[in-house]
Formats: sequence, C-alpha cells, structure tokens
Amino acid sequence: MSMKLQKITKIFGKTLAVNDVSLEIENGEFLTLLGPSGCGKTTILRIIAGLENVTSGVVQLEGVDITNLNPTKRDISIMFQDYALFPHMSIIENVSYGLRMRGIGKTEREKQAAKWLETMQLSNTQNRFPSELSGGQRQRVALARALITNPKILLLDEPLSALDANLRIRLREELRKIHRLIGTTFICVTHDQEEAMTLAGRIGIMDAGQLVQVDAPRRLYERPKSSFVADFLGTISFVDGVVASRDKTSITIGGDLNICAACGDDLPVGAAVKLAIRPEKINLSRSKSGDVNEIEVVVEDLAYLGFATNYRVKTASGQMFKLQQQQRRSLDAPLSWGEKGYVHFDPQDVIVLRD
Amino acid sequence: MGKYLVNLPAVTGRRLVIALPLIWLSVFFFLPLVETLQVSFTSPRRGIPPYEPLWGIGDDGFFTNFTTGNYALLLQYWSDYFGPAFNSIKLAFFSTLVCLLFAYPMAWWIARSNEKWRTILLVLVMLPFWTSSLLRIYALIGSLNPNGFINAAGLWLGLIDAPIQMMQTDFSVYMGMVLTYLPLMILPLYAVMVRLDADLLDAAADLGGSGVQIFRTIILPLTLPGIIAGSLLVFIPAVGEFVIPALLGGPDQLMMGKVLWTEFFRNRDWPVASAIAMLLLAILTVPIIYARYQDGRDAVAETPNPKQAEAG
Repeated sequence: MSMKLQKITKIFGKTLAVNDVSLEIENGEFLTLLGPSGCGKTTILRIIAGLENVTSGVVQLEGVDITNLNPTKRDISIMFQDYALFPHMSIIENVSYGLRMRGIGKTEREKQAAKWLETMQLSNTQNRFPSELSGGQRQRVALARALITNPKILLLDEPLSALDANLRIRLREELRKIHRLIGTTFICVTHDQEEAMTLAGRIGIMDAGQLVQVDAPRRLYERPKSSFVADFLGTISFVDGVVASRDKTSITIGGDLNICAACGDDLPVGAAVKLAIRPEKINLSRSKSGDVNEIEVVVEDLAYLGFATNYRVKTASGQMFKLQQQQRRSLDAPLSWGEKGYVHFDPQDVIVLRD
Repeated sequence: MGKYLVNLPAVTGRRLVIALPLIWLSVFFFLPLVETLQVSFTSPRRGIPPYEPLWGIGDDGFFTNFTTGNYALLLQYWSDYFGPAFNSIKLAFFSTLVCLLFAYPMAWWIARSNEKWRTILLVLVMLPFWTSSLLRIYALIGSLNPNGFINAAGLWLGLIDAPIQMMQTDFSVYMGMVLTYLPLMILPLYAVMVRLDADLLDAAADLGGSGVQIFRTIILPLTLPGIIAGSLLVFIPAVGEFVIPALLGGPDQLMMGKVLWTEFFRNRDWPVASAIAMLLLAILTVPIIYARYQDGRDAVAETPNPKQAEAG
C-alpha cells in the first residue's frame, strides 16, 4: 500500500470542500481524480502534498501518518497546472532546484539534472529560460523538476489543460510512457474525462466534495454505480421505471415501456429503478426484428459525423433515447428526420441504477 | 498598398500614444533641463531674468557669455558644498533603507490579502497623500514635541518621568521622511508582488525549500525590480528634500536642497544654483546609469556555465 486517505474532510469557512473521502492507492499506480470544477479534487491533491491542512481525517504514506507533516518533509512532488517554473532561473537551475534545497553541491545536482533532461529529451534546452520553451517542453521540465528528488508519489494538477488540443493528445501518450518508464505512483487531477480515461489505470469520480466511485475506466463507463457517474462519463439515456416482474437474472419494468434488463441483484417487484443505456449499445432499424427490447420511435434529430450518426429519438410516450449508429455500408439509406423506426438493445447492455 | 491603408489608423494611433508623453516630457522635463544647463554656464546680473543670456544675436552679430566660472567656484569652495551633499545623500540613503524595511512586509501583506481587502488597504496607503505634506509634518511636530501628544500620553500613563527629546533629532527627521515617502516604496513593491504567482512559492516549498530559502531564491529575485523601482522613487526626491529636515531636524544639518534654495532665492545667483543642480543631477544619474549598464552585463554573464563548478 503506497498511500491511504482515511475519512478526509476539509471545510473552507462555510463550504465543505472535501466530504469524508477515503481512498487507497497502490504503489506504481496511475490514479486520476475526475470531476467538475469545484468538486474538491484539487483540494485533495493539495492535502496529499501538504499544502492544505485537513479539517479531519488521516493521510498515510506507506503506513506512516503524514497528515500534519510539512510539505517540505514529504516524499511527494507536485506538478502544477501552469507548471510553476521559476521564470528567473534557467532550465537546469529549475530542474536541480529540489536538490539545491537539499544542500547538494552544484556539480552533483547539475549532473543529475542533466540526466533527467536527457530522459525528457530536453538536453539542448539546459541554459534556456522557461519563457523560451514551448508548452510541451515546459511540461517535461516541470516533470523532471518534480521527479529529480525521487518522490514516492507524483501529483499532477490538470497536467494538460494549459496546452492546445493537438499537443494534449501527444503529451498524454508521453505522460503514460514516462509513468511506465519510472514506475512512480502518479495521482492526477483533471476535469477532462477523455484525459482521465486515457491516462489512468483507475479513476476516482468526485462530486460536491465526495468520492462517488473509484474503478477502472472500463468499469466506470460500462457499470457506473450512480446516475451521476453514468451521466458524467460520456452520453447516456435514462429510463425511469418500476420493477414489474423479475426472474433469476433479469428484471422487467412496466408502464409505458417494457424494458428487460440483466440484473442479478435482489430487486423486489415494485421497486423504483433507473435504467441507463449507452448510445452505441442501441441499434436503430426501419423494421421490427423480434428482439427482447424493441421500442417504436420517431427520429427527432440527427447529426451526421461521418464515421457515425448521432440520433435523438422519441417514443410515443415521450421517452427520449440518444443513440449512435455506425454506418457499415456506405449506400444504406439511413433514417431521416421524422421517420419511424425501432430501437433495440440487449438486456445485458442495460445498466440498472437505484438512485 | 492595401496593407498600408489597413494599417494606417493603427500606426497613427500607436504613434500618437507614444508622441503624447514624449511631447509632455520634452516640454516639461527636457527643455527646462536644457535651460538649467545653459544658465549654469552664464554669469549672474541684476534684472529679470537674473542671468546673462548664454548666447544670442545682438548689434555686433553673434555673441556668447559662456563661462565655466560657476563650476570653478564650486570646485574652489568644494568643502562648503561637500558637507550638505554628504548629508543629503546620507539622509536619502537611510530613508530609502528604512522605507524598504517597512514597505516590504507591508506590500507583501497587501498583495497576499484577498481582493476586497487589497483595494481598501491600497487606499489606506495612499490616503495620506490626500492631505498636504506640510500639514502632515506639522501634525508630526505636534505629536513629537516635548509637550506633544506622545510625551503627554507617556507621562500620564507613567511610562516616562520627563518628556523625551524627540524633535530636532535624527529620529524626528527619519520619522518625517518615512511618513512622506513610504507609499512611493510600497506601490512598486506591491505591483511586483501581486503578480508573483503563488504556485511558485508552493512549488518551491514542495521541492523542499524552507521559508528562508524560498525568500532568498524565489521571492527576493522576483521582487528585485520592485525594490529597485521603489528605492529610486524614494531616493531621488529624498536627496533634494529640505523641508522635512528644516522643520523636523536640528540646525546643524545643512542639506543640499537648502543650499540650492539659498543660492536661488537668498543670493539670487541662478547660474551657481544651476551649476549645483547640474552637479547633483550628475552625481545621482551616473550611478543609476552605471547600475543599469552593469545589470545588462550581469544578465549576459549570469547565463549559467555548467563547466563552472561552484558549490552554492
């Protein structure tokens, strides 16, 4: 166990920034905290770094309580959102700063800094200043500066948000590569779900100061535990209903729409549930096919994306579905505005939520 | 061609923006400076203005009254002028130092306050400027007098047995100087401190920097422009200051400003007064220009050389 947060709560004045967050992070893991701005994710990062005190709770690093330890004394480095490179120092001075603060002589610290700059493919920038570097180079300098002290954990605060879209995708891969290369535990904070999905081994979703769900990206997307997580990650259609009948492996909701969903849980008949279906799991056709879940709809709106078409369809009772159709054969005539059709989906693909 | 037409308003606009302060500076700063320089090379006369024209075209054609006599006079009686010059520079130097010591933490505190408080605190810093500087000095005299507010309060509280002599001392002079010039030091310091990214301090702490180390390696170098600007803003007018030492100080401290005033208004010897002014200007600007020049060279020299091993 590398890092353990136990019942962390942080109150700023009257606002509850972090509410009873517990989290365990393995050695060498890449964990991302994802949530809308103001959800408390950056506060958690600052608490781990020691830049913020907790109102209550315990922070442990490798079994040692570090809750009230000075940031200077923690084996934790942080990479700031805008990198916070020292503008009056050259790149090599920036990178070697952590060693300088530890009283290591100039020759030795610049030797180590040069090695890190080489790892980051920045050797030729040694004597330049931060303002002379591109966004991507600055990020790598910030990484080198944070990693030179051999921290047990590297914290990354919105690591890619200061960059433009194209660079972001490239640096995402680079961050993953560096993480694999050095094997340090990375904890990253972001509001960009694509960034979180592609970077992290595990994602913790945060909402209003609470950690809602921590899971691998795939499980978060396919099996969210709450409607907040389902809605926050990607697009989804919700259907509210009441369990009308059930057998061992599935439930069926009644009312306007009869939808069958795979569900092993013990949900009694009459329980209120919320069903959720991802757009790419829904199929749209002109004719009936006899599937278990088949609902007649009218096309409300569509957006042609080239590789696929996004549809918004509506049932007679007013239930909306958002769905995405990949057009495998180019000459198929797709459904158009106002046309009638049928949506189908597998009971296995229906997510059953109870909130 | 089309490009020129499109850019024309922008270019004229930019030129206008530069031209306005340039005209202002040349009319109210450069021309008087040239005039003073001219006067310092002529001889005095009875009349208005009380000096001979430096040059002109009369009945016999071009004539000039050029003389270096005023400067020769200063050189001859240098010991009479050296004392006041030394007093002025000493006063200005220590006033600047004391202002810096007080202003630095104050500016830091204001810059680190939240935005609502920042405005209020800045207004409080500038508030004294809204009353006449002379009035403030008289108020200070009123408090520092042997029978003034501070002594009276001390006596009443039983802290002192007899009034302390605060007026006509270095203490009262520096009190006056700091009270007058402190805002000029706070404002440029505040300007650089408020732009200082708090993340830099967090980053330095995160990398293991102690408070003193962070101050020395991050805060001080990044606020240096403010320190220099504030010091110049205080030092330069402080050298010419003579009202404060005259009102608050003892009779033994003759200041350069007072000497200038005497030459201009008592002796009505404008050429000698101008010569003193020019000399004072030279004494003040040469070190500043030299410092700027050195600054530029240091920036080149500071580019680190990895081969140069030096434990720091």
